[in-house]
Amino acid sequence: MSHQTDRPPAAGISRAEVAHLARLARLAVTEAELDTFAGQLDVILQAVARVGEVAAGDIPPTSHAVPLTNVLREDEPIQCLPRDEALAGAPDTVEGRFRVPRILSDEEDPG
Amino acid sequence: MVVRATVEPDLEDVVRRYEPMIGLEVHVELGTRTKMFCGCPTGFGAEPNTQVCPVCLGLPGSLPVANRAAIEATIRIGLALNCQVASWCRFARKNYFYPDMPKNYQISQYDEPLCTGGWLDVDVAGETGDTVRVGIERVHLEEDTGKTLHLGGATGRIHGATESLVDYNRAGIPLVEVVTRPVAGTGARAPATARAYVAALRDLVRSLGVSDVRMEQGSLRCDVNTSLAPVGAGEWGTRTETKNVNSLRSVERAVRSELIRQAAVLDRGERVVLETRHFHEEAGDSTPGRSKETATDYRYFPEPDLVPLAPDPAWVAQLRAGLPEPPREHRRRLQAAWGLSDVDMQAVLNAGAVGLVEATVAAGTTPEAARKWWLGELSRRANEAGVDLAEVGAGPADVAALQQMVDQGTLSDKLARTVLDGVLAGEGSPAEVVAARDLAVVSDSGTLIAAVEQAIAAHPEVAAKVRDGKVAAAGVLVGAVMKATGGQADARAVRELVLSRLGAA
Repeated sequence: MSHQTDRPPAAGISRAEVAHLARLARLAVTEAELDTFAGQLDVILQAVARVGEVAAGDIPPTSHAVPLTNVLREDEPIQCLPRDEALAGAPDTVEGRFRVPRILSDEEDPG
Repeated sequence: MVVRATVEPDLEDVVRRYEPMIGLEVHVELGTRTKMFCGCPTGFGAEPNTQVCPVCLGLPGSLPVANRAAIEATIRIGLALNCQVASWCRFARKNYFYPDMPKNYQISQYDEPLCTGGWLDVDVAGETGDTVRVGIERVHLEEDTGKTLHLGGATGRIHGATESLVDYNRAGIPLVEVVTRPVAGTGARAPATARAYVAALRDLVRSLGVSDVRMEQGSLRCDVNTSLAPVGAGEWGTRTETKNVNSLRSVERAVRSELIRQAAVLDRGERVVLETRHFHEEAGDSTPGRSKETATDYRYFPEPDLVPLAPDPAWVAQLRAGLPEPPREHRRRLQAAWGLSDVDMQAVLNAGAVGLVEATVAAGTTPEAARKWWLGELSRRANEAGVDLAEVGAGPADVAALQQMVDQGTLSDKLARTVLDGVLAGEGSPAEVVAARDLAVVSDSGTLIAAVEQAIAAHPEVAAKVRDGKVAAAGVLVGAVMKATGGQADARAVRELVLSRLGAA
């Protein structure tokens, strides 16, 4: 780990940014974890940033490794999962529905 | 004493001081047989979590594949809205943590929508001469979310911690989002313009046959953006976004109430807060929801599990060639064909009867008769039952059959309404009701002649008067025949028969 501490904290991830991400992900993060994750996220970002060092100006950004377009499916129904199987991995169920802790109030429903 | 600060300004007053700006985001659930990225069926009202599979449940290792019919429908909507169709675009992941999406992201489109830059001409509230051209910013395709049912606390059904129950049948159903450009310059008619736009868009999408666009079932949903700026300010005010606007009437009410609320805020020297508001159908007003998340909070990035879309120009041209006549032009053509004034045509529009009258005419009825049925008797029945005219229980074929029987003299107007009772009660087609209830006008000449002979025999003095030329006296005999046939004879035919039997015709 020592070589990482030598690196300048360029574009470092701040504790506030980690806290913001944690809130978006509805994760409860302790004060100590904020420091830990800020450091870890920094390492990840810097690793990814190295791609920029080899990508010359004449290489366009790309999102897909395979040069394919228009992979489409016909509008034909398939067999669904039986409900028991669909619900098998749920932590809890009620009347055929997934039961989860409530996260937002009705009025905050992002849907 | 000036009490303005405590009095809610009315809209006319508001627009003297502020310029309203509106923008609309309409979500249309497509009527494809299967979901956007998997083959699960999309029927409304199925048992919870019976229309799900590993893809729409976001199970590990599952991969989405885009539905060709949904792409086609979106391109057709874009073309009908005079948009450009992208030659190349991608889906994007919209990341948010909420149980209505089991993947923790929604597949949507971000900076590369399928269609951009169109417009829709809208006739505002009854004044057909008054057209607003609403600019269309974009039309993009995404997947719908699951339905959450919140329990606990206030509902009292479950004690202790509050929780949500989730049904993923709707998760992954293709959803088209149509976003307008900001619409300015409509003044006090901003609420009516918003409503007229949503109605026009609904009619357009319905004409394409790609969605049933039923606001009450959520297959067309609307968010309303509203802002005010002081007259002449030269820049836009801070906007709010009102969600949960689920009927045409609510679109109008939501814009009106929000303009008035914002004016009151500005009048107090305060600032409008950028926020999402939640509309309340019963009260007709809104309350603040969460503060608006910014686009960066969604951490959009190109969807790696789906390859880009590059619609072939020939395919797009073929879809364009297959577009139906736009509803607005269609209505104008019908108005001319039916010979209706603007006011009369508006009455047909307001009744939601254009398609019904058109189909009835196509089934062989005159425009006048078709219009009379749908705007008269059937509108009244629909109103009594509290349903849309299209749901009243009788269709254009029924109305055409009824009118044909009236024209042929098989049914009197009164009997026709009785037959309609039977049709609306689910007793079958008009012909079936006539047969089952034995309702046809008595036209069998043998039966009628016998009844006429009986009436003449029973009223010799009246018959003598008629023979002597006092034709008006025949009414007594006609009445007797009508009574004898239980009102099912055609009075005019009976009268002719009476007169001819008595040599007075």
